Amino acid sequence: MFSRQQSRPLQRPVEAGLAPPRPSGSRVAPIYLPHQSPPRFRIVCHTLLQAAKSCKRLHDSSIRMKNARIVGTSVPRMEGRGKVTGQARYVDDMVLPGMLYGATVRSRIPRGKIKKFTFGPGIEWNEFIIVTPRDIPGKNCIALIEDDQPCLADGIVNHPEEPLLLLAHPDRHLLPKAVEAVTVEYEPLPAIFDMKESEALQQIIWGTDNTFKTYLIEKGNIDSVWQTADHIVEAKYTTGAQEQLYIENNGMIATFDLQQGLTVWGSLQCPYYIHKALMKLFGLPADRVRVVQMETGGAFGGKEEYPSMIAAHAALLAMKSGKPVKIIYDRMEDMAATTKRHPSHTRHRTAVSKDGKLLAGEIDFTIDGGAYKTLSPVVLSRGAIHAGGAYYWPSIRIRAKAVATNAPPHGAFRGFGAPQSLFAIERHMDRIAQIVGLSPVEIRRRNFLKPGQTTTTGQTVNEEIDLGKLLDRALELSDYHAKKKIFAQDNEQSPRKKGMGIAAFLHGAGFTGSGERFLGSVVGVEACDDGNLRILVSSTEFGQGTNTVLCQIVAEALGIHYEDVSIAQPDTHEVPNSGPTVASRTVMVVGKLVQSAAVGIRNTLTASGMLKDSYSPEEFRAACRAYVAAHGKLRSVAQYEQPDDIVWDEDKYRGSAYAAFAWAVYVAEVTVDLTTYSATVNDFVALQEIGRVLHPVLAKGQIIGGVAQGIGFALYEKVIWENGRMQNGQMTNYIMPTSADLPPIRVYFEELGNVHGAFGAKGIGELPMDGPAPAIVNAIEDALHISFDCIPLLPEDIFAALSENESPQTAIARAPE
Amino acid sequence: MSQSPKSREKCEISFTVNGKLETVHVHAMERLLDVLRHELGLTGTKEGCGEGECGSCSVLIDGMLVNSCLIPVLQANGTKIVTIEGLAADGRLQILQQAFLDCGGAQCGICTPGMILASLHLLEKKPQPTLEEIREGLSGNLCRCTGYMQIFDAVAEAARRGATA
Repeated sequence: MFSRQQSRPLQRPVEAGLAPPRPSGSRVAPIYLPHQSPPRFRIVCHTLLQAAKSCKRLHDSSIRMKNARIVGTSVPRMEGRGKVTGQARYVDDMVLPGMLYGATVRSRIPRGKIKKFTFGPGIEWNEFIIVTPRDIPGKNCIALIEDDQPCLADGIVNHPEEPLLLLAHPDRHLLPKAVEAVTVEYEPLPAIFDMKESEALQQIIWGTDNTFKTYLIEKGNIDSVWQTADHIVEAKYTTGAQEQLYIENNGMIATFDLQQGLTVWGSLQCPYYIHKALMKLFGLPADRVRVVQMETGGAFGGKEEYPSMIAAHAALLAMKSGKPVKIIYDRMEDMAATTKRHPSHTRHRTAVSKDGKLLAGEIDFTIDGGAYKTLSPVVLSRGAIHAGGAYYWPSIRIRAKAVATNAPPHGAFRGFGAPQSLFAIERHMDRIAQIVGLSPVEIRRRNFLKPGQTTTTGQTVNEEIDLGKLLDRALELSDYHAKKKIFAQDNEQSPRKKGMGIAAFLHGAGFTGSGERFLGSVVGVEACDDGNLRILVSSTEFGQGTNTVLCQIVAEALGIHYEDVSIAQPDTHEVPNSGPTVASRTVMVVGKLVQSAAVGIRNTLTASGMLKDSYSPEEFRAACRAYVAAHGKLRSVAQYEQPDDIVWDEDKYRGSAYAAFAWAVYVAEVTVDLTTYSATVNDFVALQEIGRVLHPVLAKGQIIGGVAQGIGFALYEKVIWENGRMQNGQMTNYIMPTSADLPPIRVYFEELGNVHGAFGAKGIGELPMDGPAPAIVNAIEDALHISFDCIPLLPEDIFAALSENESPQTAIARAPE
Repeated sequence: MSQSPKSREKCEISFTVNGKLETVHVHAMERLLDVLRHELGLTGTKEGCGEGECGSCSVLIDGMLVNSCLIPVLQANGTKIVTIEGLAADGRLQILQQAFLDCGGAQCGICTPGMILASLHLLEKKPQPTLEEIREGLSGNLCRCTGYMQIFDAVAEAARRGATA
């Protein structure tokens, strides 16, 4: 633990791992509204000088922006050289002496009682380490929001691929055969694979009502509107599961010894989630559990919670064998057993005036959480809050529900519920446009949220966002109007039907509601004896650019060289808990804290007399060196504190849901080929307002990558389920876009200059996942004049719809009663 | 994972890797990928899918781009192999590697070694590829992070800088 190394004179103890469980399960929450009231960070300097001297409120970072030298430029990726030379070390590249290989025996049925294990013939079982639930020293659970998910199923199985037993052997080649040789006798129980069946309570498979979580968001009085509205538009939208498909499969290595306790190295996003889970599973104190992140080959949310399970398994085998144990999943195991994006159903009922104004909305948003609660409540929360989209609703009622089925738990995936509910609202806006007789452009323009208006949770938009202007620019960049006109003419003759579709949306950055307050993230910056600075955070790099951007922020804040800053490998013995690397929070929240801690270093140096008020980078390094030589250590720590004027009512689900929203308008140009029934995206314009762009190449890379995943979500990536088990768990039959499948993805930024996170940045990681699917399906409707309300939309679905004589329109338009 | 070789005899296989002659004592059906990683410690070659779909394990054998997860090591006997470790052997990045860094062609890095070898293979065949040729040339290598555009930029930039000159 970080705290072991020195005492931290913070007023409030920092709990390792997740925020304390809340009845409402809030992971997300308002941080601060910086333009209203700057965040207050305590700067605590661990020095031999009086720390109090340097404790100052952080100046508004916009002061430095005019002269920014490093922020806003595309400096080299901090760990890039290792990645292009093959020297970067991922967990499977690590070998420890005497290491065993571990494997997992999993359930083949969706639900039932375990009657008996048989260890079949032909295997030298005495050579294997075998771990059963009896070997778990602490509580048999993977601690997260609720402790309902066992580490190893004990007596009862609730989904296919649930871990039952663990095996380890020095020869990794022998493990697959041994896993096959374990047979399990079950007493099967009826299972549920469908949200409707779950809601109908045909079987109670979780708790008393199969419900992990519900939310109700209410604004205004919707009930009075239905009678007088000119139009009432109803429809239902569904989205499927989606596999994160990071190219590096999950993996962990664990060691155990009585003195040191447990150490795990792995591919992961959230070191302190694993830390918390292992403490509970093993009954060990914080300082005897150590979690180290290796280079991580993609995550996208897929390595947020499940790595705790794999770490637990490797650790149990290590404890029992007394040897290091490595578990690396192969692709099929990774796809079948680990989390995916939650499938969703959204039902919209909307009252609209004849001039196209949204009057009232009723939205029922339901997600399939799989067999255990895991992160479903917080995925549901984000999905529910985004369900109204980027529009002003005078009145709305959003009912959200996460239900249990006997599938492996669904989990975090970039966007975290928002891509599902935004797909629904952005399809629905096109449907409303048709019924009212307006264009998709005009219906959006008339209903966009404006500064001073409130969101569905009652949060006032208090930045100068002009979505109409953003829309105009996106239409111009995509040549929308001209192309739409040409396509309408050409489509009459051609078997290749073309269309244009738009999606306008928002994405909240940081944890929802009170989440950041509960996290109370802590970061550190320390001066090294060579005069360089090192950042200490548990925020992880898995491709997005965490390392690079945090180092840029420190260099910029102090006026020193980017090369003079480095970042520690995330290791719970070395770095404080800066919170999980999720929710588009790293640059905005952690970045601001890092900036604050960096300023603490400078303040200490100037207070000590070793640094003048104005200095060169070389003088700064010299001062660091001198200080460390004289005093041994210089470390500055900053902790997040939520301003008092942020109001979030967890019970009513009202208030400031997010510290900042990023805004976007995406435009897709699509061709549907009526000989193959395949839809292809020909051009894609992604325009977004994300505050200040700190690193243009990385920011662009985030957007393009997210759009590519969004295109996959819309058109290619279909999980085939049978009795709760994924049937196409291979890259050959679960199809993600290749380089030949993608259109040019053209990325544009607007920078409003509002100060949110460090140097005015907002979170952007998840935003680009939200818009592509509705924009593409809207474009397909424009091409074919047929509505599609389910994704993924594969050629067979388009064929089926075209083969039917009647259009599958589900919208109901009627005059007021 | 390959077939259990425990019951079978090991054999001696020699090939040149990154200019260096190597002799290994392994089972004939061991995957080249595993031999490179486990016997020779060349862990820059990555496994993504184990079935020749993702291209993360791409290496060059006698100038041909192959998925090393599909090659029994016996088949590599007597060949010349290039892995990612062979590209900056003198400590200086090749033009192509530098272009990947400059253009944002590497994010998480796991597909990068294979992607760079596929790009190198393409540039050797076509020193000035069109965008369409780059798209086609890299379509056997999956990347989940970048959406490929910045990889295309990197290859085009490397061609401009004379990567194969």
